[in-house]
Amino acid sequence: MELSEYFSQLFSDYTLRTITMGTAILGAICGMLGSFAVLRKQSLLGDAISHAALPGIAIAFLITGTKDTNVLLLGALVSGLIGTFWIRGMVTKTHLKSDTALGLVLSLFFGFGMLLLTFIQKQPNANQAGLDKYLFGQAATLVEKDVTLMAIVTGICLVIMLLFWKEFKILLFDADYTKTLGFNTHFIDILITFFIVLAIVMGLQTVGVVLMSAMLLAPAAAARQWTNKLSVMIVLAAIIGAFSGVFGTAISASQNNLSTGPVIVLVASVFVLFSFIFSPGRGILFKQLRKYQNRRDLELQKTLQFMFDIAKTHENISHPHAILILNNFQGYAKSTLKELEEKEWVKVKGQSWSLTSKGYDAAANLYNNN
Amino acid sequence: MDAQLEIQLIAAVVAIACAIPGVFLVLRKMALISDAISHSILPGIVIGFFITEDLNSPLLILLAAVTGVITVVMVEYIQKTGLVKEDTAIGLVFPALFSIGVILIAKNANDVHLDVDAVLLGELAFAPFDRLIIAGTDVGPKSLWVMGSILTITMGMLFAFFKELKVSTFDAGLSAALGFSPVVLHYGLMTISSVTVVGAFEAVGAVLVVALMIAPAATAYLLTADLKKMLVLSVLFGVFSAIAGYWMAHFLDASIAGSMTTVLGLVFLTVYLFAPSKGLIAVMYRQRQQRTEVSLLTFLLHLNNHEEESERHVQHLNEHINWQKVRSETVLELAEKNNLIKISSDIVTLTPKGKEFTDLALEYIITNKDEHIEHMKDDFFLFRG
Repeated sequence: MELSEYFSQLFSDYTLRTITMGTAILGAICGMLGSFAVLRKQSLLGDAISHAALPGIAIAFLITGTKDTNVLLLGALVSGLIGTFWIRGMVTKTHLKSDTALGLVLSLFFGFGMLLLTFIQKQPNANQAGLDKYLFGQAATLVEKDVTLMAIVTGICLVIMLLFWKEFKILLFDADYTKTLGFNTHFIDILITFFIVLAIVMGLQTVGVVLMSAMLLAPAAAARQWTNKLSVMIVLAAIIGAFSGVFGTAISASQNNLSTGPVIVLVASVFVLFSFIFSPGRGILFKQLRKYQNRRDLELQKTLQFMFDIAKTHENISHPHAILILNNFQGYAKSTLKELEEKEWVKVKGQSWSLTSKGYDAAANLYNNN
Repeated sequence: MDAQLEIQLIAAVVAIACAIPGVFLVLRKMALISDAISHSILPGIVIGFFITEDLNSPLLILLAAVTGVITVVMVEYIQKTGLVKEDTAIGLVFPALFSIGVILIAKNANDVHLDVDAVLLGELAFAPFDRLIIAGTDVGPKSLWVMGSILTITMGMLFAFFKELKVSTFDAGLSAALGFSPVVLHYGLMTISSVTVVGAFEAVGAVLVVALMIAPAATAYLLTADLKKMLVLSVLFGVFSAIAGYWMAHFLDASIAGSMTTVLGLVFLTVYLFAPSKGLIAVMYRQRQQRTEVSLLTFLLHLNNHEEESERHVQHLNEHINWQKVRSETVLELAEKNNLIKISSDIVTLTPKGKEFTDLALEYIITNKDEHIEHMKDDFFLFRG
């Protein structure tokens, strides 16, 4: 299927519409909650939680024997939460640092999950679980029921986020102050973490455990580059997330043999790369341009100051001087002189320059009016 | 040599080779770099495979290891721009590279003898079938030779640069002042880690390599604070889990790498709970003990401050000193057992010993030398809280 075909069939084809809705909602909720993860420096927590969810899925299948998504995701939620609290326990109760704790939970839970998965595959009566799709995600398996669930969870998250907006925001930027104001920081903290776990679990079916963390981070990291305002960042991250979800699914559907997860992650990464380079405030491109501009301004000012110091010693400020003497001065360049001339601060005649009265005033006030 | 033994041998060699750089990664708080490297070498491996057509070729290992080092450089570059926090930089780089690898495999599924399952789990069970044949004689499985050489290089580097590694790990500033460049050692360690991850990748897969690197080191770190002991212990844990994991997989008929990790997880969990001084139970016990003893001290100071009997009545303690966490009974009992107080007709009085202890404690608290309080407790207490 061609990409254009995918989009033209979007409105007529029921399955495509469901999948697209699902990935859009998923992208939005991930972007929204990912903003909190990124700002709280919990980016890699998402990675650990998503890997830690795998044994939950396998155990849920072993116990119930169903392939019902909701049951499996409930298992994922439980084991994700256990992983999260174990990480907290390790960091607070032992001298292991958070990176070690995250890496341990990530790899040990995942290894245990893989053991269970291979064990399930060898079982004769297992209805060939198809649990593999949780590794890299398969958006095509989304049905209307899943999308409804996602929509409900997103709705609840949104309502709670709006209710606790003030608390979430203040905890994000000044945890100590929040405590002194008498808020129950522990509760708010757990609430945010719980929602992050929830968002990850919702995405397992579409993006898979291995790459889910990027789905959480990338839209938020991209949105962060365009704004310094939390509300704008969250809305922007939700939009970027939704777009990555829809585009990624469309691309993977139009190719054979391609899991959705990696494609969605790559699309989101393109958004991040674009934002890193082209965002006007923080982007690398404009930062470099500004740096260049500042250096030029500084050189210009230094040259002007140097000229001013020479002109000061003469009675007539516009007394011409040889350009050659400027060569001893480091900030001087031909372009600087040209720019000074354009501003009518100096006049160049042949091989000599002279300061105009306008230039003299500008130089005299150089360090006063900035 | 039969295949079973060979698999166990390969698993053990992989575990040792991973455990050694793992110790330094854990100590340098860079454990997650191993996660990033293990994921992002995938495109390097796939591209290398297109070129060499052999998973055990040294060129492929080199190419993939370079990808690993590039990842580290990229992460550090993004951190330096300050656009995102450092952990976000890691979290952005490796999923992108890993995705590229997965897509490359999926798009060339017919040409590449690599599938996504192998990427995550490795194919330890098939390792003995790929033999290294020199001049017509079979000298053993290829991957054993590859991992063996990597292990030899790692050990050589470890012995040659042990002092430098130690200094730069614990005090980068001192190391720089002494003339060992921390930067060179940093990238040296990153290179060794990358090479090891690539070598181990075929055996245990992308994610489980992380477990083999971090878990033995973290387990050892809970048991000792001595670098040499930590290295030895983590190697032992690695080898134990490799062999125990093999047999567990054998009986469950499941993935060897998965069960190696599970054994590692169980070992870590046991040590995490029961380690003598740094384990969870020991820490909780110590915290409870300290809470009781601090309450005891508060109580003794209170007794010291009040001559009047109404303040020293047993019933009064509950009202006056509001102890929520420690039962006053425990404190009273402890004080009495240590002969610090006397209780006669429900009135509590300090004994001379108690008075002496309280005065000393007060002096220490005022001069703010709380580290001495532990010695004092040792001197005065027959029983601890």
